Amino acid sequence: MKPERSFSDTLFKILLWGGAIFFLAIVMISFFFLFKGSLLSLKKFGIHFITGTIWDPATDKFGMLPFLIGTLVTSVLSLLISIPFSLSLGIFSGVFYTNGKISEIINTLSDLIAGIPSVIFGFWGLLFIVPLIQKMEIKFGLIPYGTGILTASILLSIMIIPYSSSMIREVVRLVPVELIEAGYSTGATRYEVIKKIVIPYARSGIIAGIMLAFGRAFGETMAVTMVIGNSNQIPTSIFSPGNTMASVIANEFTEATKDIHLSALIQIGLWLFIFTFIFNLIGQLIIEKTSAWK
Amino acid sequence: MKKISLILTLLLIFTGYNLNAGELTGAGATFPYPFYSKVFYEFYRQTGIRVNYQAIGSGGGIRQLRAKTVDFGASDAFLSNEELKKFESPVVHIPTCAGAVVLTYNLPGNPQIKLTPEVIAGIFLGKITKWNDTRIKKINPDVNLPPMKIVVVHRSDGSGTTFIFSDYLTKISKEWAKKVGRGKSLNWPTGIGAKGNPGVAGLIRQIPGSIGYVELIYAIQNHMPAALIQNKHGNFIKPSIKSVTMASNVPLPDDMRVSLTNTDAPDGYPISGFTWLLVYRDLSTNIKTKEKAQSLVKLLWFTIHEGQKYATPLHYAPLSPSAKLKAEKLIRSLTFKGVKILK
Repeated sequence: MKPERSFSDTLFKILLWGGAIFFLAIVMISFFFLFKGSLLSLKKFGIHFITGTIWDPATDKFGMLPFLIGTLVTSVLSLLISIPFSLSLGIFSGVFYTNGKISEIINTLSDLIAGIPSVIFGFWGLLFIVPLIQKMEIKFGLIPYGTGILTASILLSIMIIPYSSSMIREVVRLVPVELIEAGYSTGATRYEVIKKIVIPYARSGIIAGIMLAFGRAFGETMAVTMVIGNSNQIPTSIFSPGNTMASVIANEFTEATKDIHLSALIQIGLWLFIFTFIFNLIGQLIIEKTSAWK
Repeated sequence: MKKISLILTLLLIFTGYNLNAGELTGAGATFPYPFYSKVFYEFYRQTGIRVNYQAIGSGGGIRQLRAKTVDFGASDAFLSNEELKKFESPVVHIPTCAGAVVLTYNLPGNPQIKLTPEVIAGIFLGKITKWNDTRIKKINPDVNLPPMKIVVVHRSDGSGTTFIFSDYLTKISKEWAKKVGRGKSLNWPTGIGAKGNPGVAGLIRQIPGSIGYVELIYAIQNHMPAALIQNKHGNFIKPSIKSVTMASNVPLPDDMRVSLTNTDAPDGYPISGFTWLLVYRDLSTNIKTKEKAQSLVKLLWFTIHEGQKYATPLHYAPLSPSAKLKAEKLIRSLTFKGVKILK
């Protein structure tokens, strides 16, 4: 028996190592190809690629600042909109109704939302959120675009809620029952227990969930493209149309015939890659710092 | 047994592509895709030669032809001299049909409006911002134009439609030429962008007071209002298959790399353009056997002759007589290892 087990053990080990190295290799290779593809525009524009405010494929001027701003504003705004909902949803099904019909229905529904293809969200946004924003804009005397930064942020926030809420749900469930009961035994109300015990204890996990949602919002393409208005100008208000890095790539990649245009688009991809990496790193740092009781 | 069948299936999946030696492959423009799939299907029925066309966009088609991974490419915009230099051997543009760009809008009751080149440029430059602007009123005296803000809707994705429209604007407006120029993707001075014809049409339907451009086919199929546009001769022309074909009935250059916008034809619609199939002049550049090269030439010949009758039912404009003659000449000029294929 023994030699066989050690054989399967080795095989298992090899498989694990192989999988890990293979995955690492894929990440490295994709970074390498993004870098290689963007060399042309890296050389031509240098730092102006990030600080430049004009994106004009007709005259070969490429600066991605409007898209960087658009991406940051929509993802941060959508995160702000989504946090109250995902936090309450997570605590609702993680602390209040841990089992039973209600939590089952809510959990299934929120998982379902996570699985809906983003193009369907885009359509829904066009048909539902856009007219609402339009009515608002008409009331305020603005041009009734309907599409724009705010519309995209609202749509994004709905899309990312399940990501953070399911993570929050799992981490608040991990709070030891003894702690919660100890809290009650001191006469604390439910609200106090959640505020003083559950949230602090699960803080790092909650932040991890929020970071996960942020990453999702940052890279979301299809749904955003459909409702953001796709303007290359820097947005001046939350009602103005804008554009994000991912949606510019999606919009222009198929018909980019000039090498420099293609290279500039690939460079946007490179920056998306780098920023996502940096955000993940920051997220991990925050998680390490905020882990309350180790 | 299971393993063997699995391996066999995988082998089939990976090699199945090459089993059919008589197959031609092409890639490129999405705009003529419905026309090409009909023509290529009829070609297959008559000759038994299968054509695999992938509508991945003109840019992708051009790149694949350059990489020699396809037998022919397809594009809605002709290649510039600079782009042509990147090919290792000369490339020929064969026009197959023409399309047009119409200006569609959302106004109360959707009246028929007329537009002049100056007004179109003014609207898309963001200079004319209200529907009851005197410049619009002057050419539409019978229409009750509301005091609404004009919302410009344009394509957000790179497209041949945008190229044709901006090519037109570049020709008719010096300011446009200087500030924006022509291209498949532009730095638009005003308005919002939407993806594809359906995206633009969808936003126009939703936003009162909006105006945008879509392909003629799309406007016809969806019964959208289309503005009459004043051409070079001063005539207001309704966009239709006939007026688009008319637009190309003008003296054309031999290489057919020509823009039809702002046409000289008195009855021609001014915002139209050809779509092309791209092949190497010497087909041995990317095709190995003479038989295959002959199949490709047969396909090109079929597309500009018998294939033309499938254009109108699908709302594409067939080639004008003068365009067809030039296309024939180009097909006759194709060679395989230096020898002409058609006599």
